[in-house]
Amino acid sequence: MGEAAAHETHPGAALTADIRKGKRTMFFKGVDFWPHNTTYPIMSFRRYCIGISWVLALLSAVLLFSKGLNFGVDFKGGSLFEVQSTSGPINIADLRSRLSGLGIGDVQIQSVSVPTDALIRVEKRPDDKAQQEAVTKIEAALKPNIQIRRTEVVGGAVSDELKQAGILAVVSAIIGILLYIWFRFEWQFGVAAILALLHDTLIVLGAFSLLNLEFGLSEVAAVLTLAGYSINDTVVVFDRIRENLRKYKRMDLEKLMDQSINETLSRTVLTATTTFIAVLSLYVFGTEVIRGFSFAMLFGIVIGTWSSIFVASPFLLWVGVNRDWSGASSGSSKVEAKTP
Amino acid sequence: MFHFSRGKIIAIAITLLAGVLMALPNLFSASTVAKWPDWVPKKQMRLGLDLQGGAHLLLAMDSDQLRKDWLDSLRDDARKTLVSDAKIPASVTVRGGAVVVRLTRPEQIDQAMRELRKIQTSLGNAFTGSTGTDVDITRGEGGTITVAPTEAGFLQRQANAASAAIETINRRINALGTAESTVVRQGRDRILVQYPGLQDTTQLKELLGKTARLSFHEVNPQLTVEDVRQQGRPPAGWKIFPSEEPGAPAYLLRETPVVPGDELVDAQPGFDQQTNQPIITFRFNQQGARKFGRFTQANVGRPFAIVLDDKVLSAPVIQTAILGGSGQISGNFTVESANTLAVQLRSGALPVKLTIAEERTVGPSLGADSIAAGKMAALIGTAGVIAFMVFAYGTFGIFAIIAVLFNLILIVGTMSGIGSTLTLPGIAGLVLTVGMAVDANVLIYERIREELRNGKTPISAIDSGFRTAFGTIIDSNLTTLIAGLVMFWLGSGPIRGFAVTLSIGIMTTVFTAFTVTRLLVAEWVRLQRTRRIPAPL
Repeated sequence: MGEAAAHETHPGAALTADIRKGKRTMFFKGVDFWPHNTTYPIMSFRRYCIGISWVLALLSAVLLFSKGLNFGVDFKGGSLFEVQSTSGPINIADLRSRLSGLGIGDVQIQSVSVPTDALIRVEKRPDDKAQQEAVTKIEAALKPNIQIRRTEVVGGAVSDELKQAGILAVVSAIIGILLYIWFRFEWQFGVAAILALLHDTLIVLGAFSLLNLEFGLSEVAAVLTLAGYSINDTVVVFDRIRENLRKYKRMDLEKLMDQSINETLSRTVLTATTTFIAVLSLYVFGTEVIRGFSFAMLFGIVIGTWSSIFVASPFLLWVGVNRDWSGASSGSSKVEAKTP
Repeated sequence: MFHFSRGKIIAIAITLLAGVLMALPNLFSASTVAKWPDWVPKKQMRLGLDLQGGAHLLLAMDSDQLRKDWLDSLRDDARKTLVSDAKIPASVTVRGGAVVVRLTRPEQIDQAMRELRKIQTSLGNAFTGSTGTDVDITRGEGGTITVAPTEAGFLQRQANAASAAIETINRRINALGTAESTVVRQGRDRILVQYPGLQDTTQLKELLGKTARLSFHEVNPQLTVEDVRQQGRPPAGWKIFPSEEPGAPAYLLRETPVVPGDELVDAQPGFDQQTNQPIITFRFNQQGARKFGRFTQANVGRPFAIVLDDKVLSAPVIQTAILGGSGQISGNFTVESANTLAVQLRSGALPVKLTIAEERTVGPSLGADSIAAGKMAALIGTAGVIAFMVFAYGTFGIFAIIAVLFNLILIVGTMSGIGSTLTLPGIAGLVLTVGMAVDANVLIYERIREELRNGKTPISAIDSGFRTAFGTIIDSNLTTLIAGLVMFWLGSGPIRGFAVTLSIGIMTTVFTAFTVTRLLVAEWVRLQRTRRIPAPL
């Protein structure tokens, strides 16, 4: 203890030379910047935290129902062209006048971060043949000084299928995760974890709706990855709660959860930081194709971290946990059981 | 925790070495790798269409047309079997998705049923052992018989059409060049064409856009289209065919061709020697040549029509009998369209019309940009995570980074080994894995710090840190793996690429955290040469 405490008094990347038995081993410690042995009474403000979460979730739900998601061509059908001018910065007004009056329905032009590039979206045409005719017309109208870098044309049948597959993917991922948690923990943990997961997903979708960001296949992938990440975060906290339930048979549940959250706080923050660094780099340096994906992940990491600290455990308290850990499911010695 | 048996160390070293060897080819160009000796792994990660540029076309077969064509041919078969061969007078028509036979003499129904069974084929199913037929033949009231296609029969027909279409598509695409294109059936009625490195899809789409069913028909010598329009209906066996050129007059042609297009053996683009216009020269097989010769001999001075996909290309007048079995088609061709049509004719007709249900094209320059952006994001992201880990954990942070780098090598090696494709979302998956993989180390190290604070000696803190974190690491990674597997199962194209990197990344993460990091920490402890080691974190 003394030794550990002594080191803690002067943290920092201090170079420690250790000479023992003539052997010199060099190593340096990192900066243990996150405060430890904290006792933040997180559970006592659970009303506020859950309140904030409810408001956010409710707003998201309202947005999703009233405004909906801005589906990309994957789910809505239609065509998308990423074009580049071969003669300096692209002239959006000129482009717009060239594309108007083609008789191919609604055409939207959007400028992007690169000044020579633009995105063109054409609404879905009645059938695959008309859709291809629209593509041919656009291709002809862009010549000679604008080249197409990327084309995505999705017909009605395919977009319906992709939508179904997307919904099926999200639902089966959630069910799969629920089953796993149920199997590894008790059902109460599973329910609380899934509630936290739904909360995260709902708010991220709400953000997409609010900011009118395009939602396509890669954003579904982001939501699924996020589901994995967020549940991962929650599982670490729950793991600790379970461990402490075995350790402290009589501790007040609220206090026990507080202690568990505090004990895992440094890990939660550090991991969120490293993941955030990686995704931020994707967001900054990535191309148009993965911008939506990385935004969903960035925002999701924040929400996921929030929910595993402030929301998941109150949910668990609300669902209730079994305090009887003397059964076969625990491995600990038999101590008198107590139910809340 | 600290003890690694010699066998274990060797096993870990072999795994890592194998990963390095399998990942290595990706650092070199394909031509360099090809010169390596045979015992070295040479497989490189394949780049997805979004990175190398290329076209992805999902073609839908026209099921309605397929059904209609089948009914028409069933009608013809029934007519031939009953009326022409067995001399049983009857009217045979297509009505409401079935062929309806109405016998002139209802008492012949038993005989007619027997005859009609000849056109029925039985379908065997090797898996279930069940048998069925492609059509149901049922006896109706007053001397009628219904020949109705079964669903199983249609499915088989669809499968046959799909494989025939894939063959034709392959032949047509090969004319474009020798890129490693793939053509596969997807679902029941779709065909996926992937053609890497193609910038302009116009030519590809043109090649696949036509069924290219060519046939040669007799032109009605007496009646004109005007006469028929006045009378209302063309005489039995004749049909009005529109001209290929919009606005040009239509033709009244005999429905059954003199020579069907499948008797064509060759078609080449060329130029007419007099007018210098682009034309197509063709050659029939022996049977076709004989039929064509006989027909032209008997019809010198009269026109005949060359029909492509139910539209008349041209209707030249026969000057002399054409006995050699070859001829030329002139039409309103450009050099390009003559070339395309020649390829289409050579590769044979598609069994059914194909429409483009989904098209995704990425130009090679955007692909190169994506690779550059992906590399940049991966480099900066990894550097950021490295800096943070070293800042937060010092020497042990470096151990974690070494583990993560091996992790990346193992992912790349595994992907190369199983020949999976790297897509842009896949690169995102790699970057994300770097960020999430250190979580295993964070869990272990934070646990060690906690145990140290609780008064444990460094050795036992390290020991229990690794031991207690194990369960948590497995639990938390398995949940992400579930999400990854679901994406792989339901995703397509790039998403699948992301799911593959993510899922492989999770497995290698768990492996490296418990081998590489542990080995490095154990080695570090051993180097201290004392039980009283300093607290490392």
